[in-house]
This record gives sequence, C-alpha cells and structure tokens, in this order.
Amino acid sequence: MTDLANDPTAAREAASAAARVRRRYAAERRFRLYGILAIGAALSFLVLLLASIVLRGYGAFTATEVELDVFFDPAVLDPSGALDRATLGGADYRRLIIAAVGDRFEGAEDRRAKREALAMISTGARFDLRDMVLENPGIVGTTRKVWLQTSADIDMLRKGFITREVSEGERRVSDRQLGWFDSLAADGQVRTVFNTRFLTGGDSREPERAGIGGAIVGSLFTMLVTLLLAFPFGVMTAVYLEEFAPKNNKWVDLIEVNINNLAAVPSIVFGLLGLAVFLNFFELPRSAPVVGGMTLALMTLPTIIIATRSALKAVPPSIREAALGVGASSIQVVTHHVLPLALPGILTGTIIGMAQALGETAPLLMIGMVAFIVDIPGGPTDPATVLPVQIFLWADSPERAFVEKTAAAIMVLLFFLILMNAIAILLRRRFERRW
Amino acid sequence: MANTQLQDADPRDGAVSSRPAARRTKMAARDVNVFYGDTHALKGVDLDVYEHEVTAFIGPSGCGKSTLLRCLNRMNDMIEGCRVSGEMTLDGRDIYSRDIDVVQLRAEIGMVFQKPNPFPKSIYDNVAYGPRIHGLARTKSDLDEIVLTSLEKTGLLDEVHDRLDQPGTGLSGGQQQRLCIARAIAVSPKVILMDEPCSALDPIATARIEELIDELRENYTIVIVTHNMQQAARVSQRTAFFHLGSLIEMDETEQVFTSPKNEHTQGYITGRYG
Ligand SMILES: Nc1ncnc2c1ncn2[C@@H]1O[C@H](COP(=O)(O)OP(=O)(O)OP(=O)(O)O)[C@@H](O)[C@H]1O
Ligand SMILES: [Mg+2]
Repeated sequence: MTDLANDPTAAREAASAAARVRRRYAAERRFRLYGILAIGAALSFLVLLLASIVLRGYGAFTATEVELDVFFDPAVLDPSGALDRATLGGADYRRLIIAAVGDRFEGAEDRRAKREALAMISTGARFDLRDMVLENPGIVGTTRKVWLQTSADIDMLRKGFITREVSEGERRVSDRQLGWFDSLAADGQVRTVFNTRFLTGGDSREPERAGIGGAIVGSLFTMLVTLLLAFPFGVMTAVYLEEFAPKNNKWVDLIEVNINNLAAVPSIVFGLLGLAVFLNFFELPRSAPVVGGMTLALMTLPTIIIATRSALKAVPPSIREAALGVGASSIQVVTHHVLPLALPGILTGTIIGMAQALGETAPLLMIGMVAFIVDIPGGPTDPATVLPVQIFLWADSPERAFVEKTAAAIMVLLFFLILMNAIAILLRRRFERRW
Repeated sequence: MANTQLQDADPRDGAVSSRPAARRTKMAARDVNVFYGDTHALKGVDLDVYEHEVTAFIGPSGCGKSTLLRCLNRMNDMIEGCRVSGEMTLDGRDIYSRDIDVVQLRAEIGMVFQKPNPFPKSIYDNVAYGPRIHGLARTKSDLDEIVLTSLEKTGLLDEVHDRLDQPGTGLSGGQQQRLCIARAIAVSPKVILMDEPCSALDPIATARIEELIDELRENYTIVIVTHNMQQAARVSQRTAFFHLGSLIEMDETEQVFTSPKNEHTQGYITGRYG
C-alpha cells in the first residue's frame, strides 16, 4: 500500500479510469454532433421551404401596366351631355378600350384581331377608367395617356413565365399579341408597378385583379371573435380549475381529462360541430366570420386553458403563502399576485393558440367560409373568407397566374404568423419578472 | 407585568423562579390531532403560548412542528386532505369556529416562512401590501408611516431607505427575511409565527434576526420553529419538544436545556439524534 506507483492494481485502475474519462468525452462530443446535425437538417428544410415560396411568390407583388391614348368619347359616355353620375357610372367603358387598342395596335381591324388586342388589357381596366371619370368628369371629350393594367397572360409574359420559343398553338399569347407587346415595350409604354390591388382588393376570377384584402379582413374579424370568446373563457376556466376547484374531486378530474382530450381532437371535428350547432341549430349566417370565430374559439379554448394552467402552476407556492400570510383572501391572492406573475405565460399561450387558429382551414370549410367572395367584408356577419382558405382556393385554380398568387398569399400568412409570434415574445419580455 | 418582562428580557440570565405567575395565555391548543390523509401528523397536543414571550418548537425532522405552526393561523386549510381536530384559541376565541373569518385571523396571526419570499414588487409595496388590503391607512402619508416604522423596527430602514422603489427580490437573503418580517408586522398582528426563519441565512444575518425577535417580543407574541438548539436557547422563554407527532415536553427554556425531564428530550438536545 505504501508504494502506489509500483502497485499493479492501482496502475490498472488508473488506466481504466483514464479510458472511462476518454469514452465519456467521446460520447459527449458525439451527442453534441448529433444535435448540430439535427438542427442543420431542420434549418435547411426550413430555408428550402421559405426559398421556394418566396421565389415563386414575390412576382405577385408587382403588376404590369401599358400606356394607351384613351379618348373619353362623349358619344359613348354621355350622349345627352348632362354629365350626371348615374349616366357616367353606367356607361360602357369597354368601348373606350376597344377604340384605344384599335388605334395603337397595327392590324387590329377585324373582329378576331380586335378581340386579341382587347384580351391584352385586364377586363378590370374599364372600372379604373370609370373611377377616373367619376372622380373628374371634366376629362370627358379629351384624350389622355392612361396606364392600364394588362391581363394576366401579358403579365406572365413580362415576368418570363411564357416562353416565346414554343409554337403559337401551345402558348397563351398569340404571335400578334407578342408583336404588339414588343412594340409597346420599344416605345417605353410598358411598366412594372407595385401591385397594391393584391393587398387591398377582394378575390376575383381574373388573376391579375385578385387580391387578398378581403381574406385579410375576414381573418381579422374571425380572429377578433375567437379572441373575445376564447381568452376570457379560457383564462377563467383555468384559474378556477387551478386555484379554486377542489382537488381530487372526480368531476374536476373528468373535466380535466376532457379538456386535455379536446386539445387533441382533429380540427375538422370542430367544423362539423360548428355546422351542426351554429348553422343548423342556431341558424347563424353561413360563411360569416362570427361563426368561423366561434368555431375556432372552441378549438383554441383547450390550448389557452392548458397554457394558462401551466403558467399558473409555475408561480411559486411561496408567493401564494406569503400573500395568504398577511391576510389576503384567495381572490386577492389570485388577482394581485398569481395572475400578474402568470400573465406572460398566459399571453404567450393565447397568441400561440391564435396563431394556430389563423392558419386553420378545415373547420372553416365545413361552415361555408370557402365561398368565392369578391366584396371586402364590412363586419363579422358579412360573408367572408380567411387567408388559409383563400390560399386553398387559389391553389385549386388552373391558371398559371394563380400559382404566383398562392405563393404570395402564403407569404402574407407567414408574415402575420411571424408578427404574432414576435408580439408573443415582446409581451413576454415586457411582463416577465424575476422572483 | 411589562416591567418584569423587560427585566428578564435576556433569557440567558432569567431565572425560572423569577417569572411572574400571572402570565397571560395568548394562544392555546387542546387535544389537537392533525391528519394528512392517513398520516397522523400530530397526536393530542396540548400547549399554551404566553403573551409577549417567544415560544420555541424543537424536535427532529418530520415530528410535526411546522404542522402545528400552520394550524395556528389555519394555513393548513389550504392543504388538500388535511384534517384538524381539537381546540385552538386566540385570546380565548376558538379559531376553528364557524364565525371566524380566516382572512381576518391571518391578519392577526402573521407568518414568516423558512425561505424568504418577498413579492416580486418594490420594497415599499411589499410592506404596504398588507395595510393596503386591510385598509389600515387612510392617506398616503399614513401608509408611508406604517411602511417606514415597520422597516425601522426590523432595522432595515437604514439599509434600504434610498431604494424603497427597488424590487424586494434584489435584497440579500438576510435583508429579504427582515423584509418579510416587516411585511408581517405592518398589519399589526398579535402573534407572529416563524418557521425556521434563519435556516437560509448566514450567522451574521441570523444574529441580526435573533436580536430582532428579542426586540419584537415587547409588542408581539412570537412562536418560532428552529433546528438550532443554541438559537432556541438564546431567543426563547419557553421551549416545546416534539417527537413523532407528540408534544413530549414543554417548559421554561432554561429548564428544558439544563434539566430535561424526558430522555428523548435529553437525547435530542445533547445531539445524540435528530
Ligand atoms: N402537505 C402534506 N401532505 C402530507 N403529509 C404531510 C404534509 N405536510 C407534512 N406532512 C407530514 O406530516 C408530518 C409532519 O410534518 P411537518 O412538516 O410538520 O414536520 P416538521 O417537524 O416541520 O419537520 P421539519 O423539521 O423537517 O420541517 C411528516 O410526517 C410529514 O410527512
Ligand atoms: Mg418544518
């Protein structure tokens, strides 16, 4: 025992201890490597996904316009010369465009050629002309240079999605239209503008006129209804269950189990419930954000309850004891101490629940929010659609231009989701306190 | 009475015989049994806590000291499955009777916990919280006065007077514990219960709190649970020794520490077990 260095067992033990340490280090390194690989894989998938969406969708934020000389022909607009709004509003502005393209485009004389020429301009352009005239009736009788939105096909041509090499029959743009477009481009009469209509307008059959403004407003109304219902009910339920309900009571246990199960119920089931109860039984309006919001509130409720309960649980019992110890009542303990401390967790849970609801499609299909709606809803009872349903609808459309719109709408939806998560983080930072 | 009390303020030299016979019972327990589900945590405890004295509860871990303490201000009401039988009184009133308002009772019997637990609020708000919810101050200056005197009494005022708006959680452990004591006395309780108030503190902070307890005795009645024999001997006038849920021996501190009647007590205070 006195001579450790020469003791063979001691030497052997030291060697095996060193080997154990080496193995432990190696295991730790390997574990860390796996972790980094996993993160790398997840990140690259995410980048791939985002990149493909952005590359496909960014074009939808621009629109193509061409400049034409439009003669605001009094004979067409206002034969009587009264210049009153009703006549001006009801006039046939398409004829102004037909005349303008006929003047500008060489060889647009016969009916077919005229039709082709007219097809280059968006069918919605006539409404823009009407708005111009209504705003300033003085232009009737004059000729103006006006930038008119092109049809989706010309827009696609400008964005390079229509290849000139393929034969005319397989192309959506004829040789003649190509020639006209090139001559406009040569004269500097083609321009690219930011497509505000995409963000502010409602849906449309014409891809170049379709916007997600209606869906954004619909989503806002729906989320508002969801929040107003799910937040107070969810928080009150959680506070009661966590702070006041008798423990080890079989009714309370039953409610708890059911809430946890509800959180795992597929969302479409909530849609069926909404259809059966809100539409068929209570006869609330179809396709309306109120009903959508109520349905989504049912879905969000368990998420909020569970998040709130865990936030309440995380408040240290010593704080409750301290408050009780100076003679606070149980309501005072909850409202003065527990809820303020749990607030960051509650808000985070609520926003995550709301973000889930914002991205939800299936239950809304069941209650008719999938209808084609052109008007921007003015209130929660107007027919509306929501962002994810709009994406679903556009993804179903065959036109090439809608592919771009779909990706762009996804970008807008992602923007709102990221915004909500950022708010969640900010709120948490703001209200978080140490104890 | 107050005079005699002041004379033997230091328990170390207070001879047992010199204590007046006319001590007033502040709180009393009669045949108290406590069950946690099937665990019989306290078995037929009878004891008296005298006014303006410090009573120490000692005994090995798990013997029911905290349980009894928490029964004295009905903190055990909060624990699911806890049953209390027997009688407990404050100034002769049964504190478990139906017409007692628990919230009011807890304002009369304050509590200081083992781990300092200030609210995550400012130092001022920590102390002001109790007076605020009980409406003890009419005006802002009344409240200021309560807060300042409470901090003064715990000797904390000099240390924190320039940062009353800073979080109470930012103080040192010993300061936090004194803040908790200030919070307890701000509602002018009659009794202060302390459950191992110094177990998380270093010897200097402990000495400061012991000093404070001795000063507070003048105006309040104090019950303290401690695992530190020297502490019990230093601060208390009477000591109760518990073992396995029973009150084994209760007497003048002097008596318990110099000539315990029970062999368990003897074994515990001489450090043979516990
Ligand atoms: N909330 C509870 N639920 C169930 N049993 C409990 C509970 N609190 C205490 N007990 C049991 O009651 C008995 C007494 O516990 P108590 O906390 O009063 O002991 P103690 O004397 O304060 O011990 P320590 O010195 O370790 O703090 C123990 O056997 C304990 O296991
Ligand atoms: Mg204890």
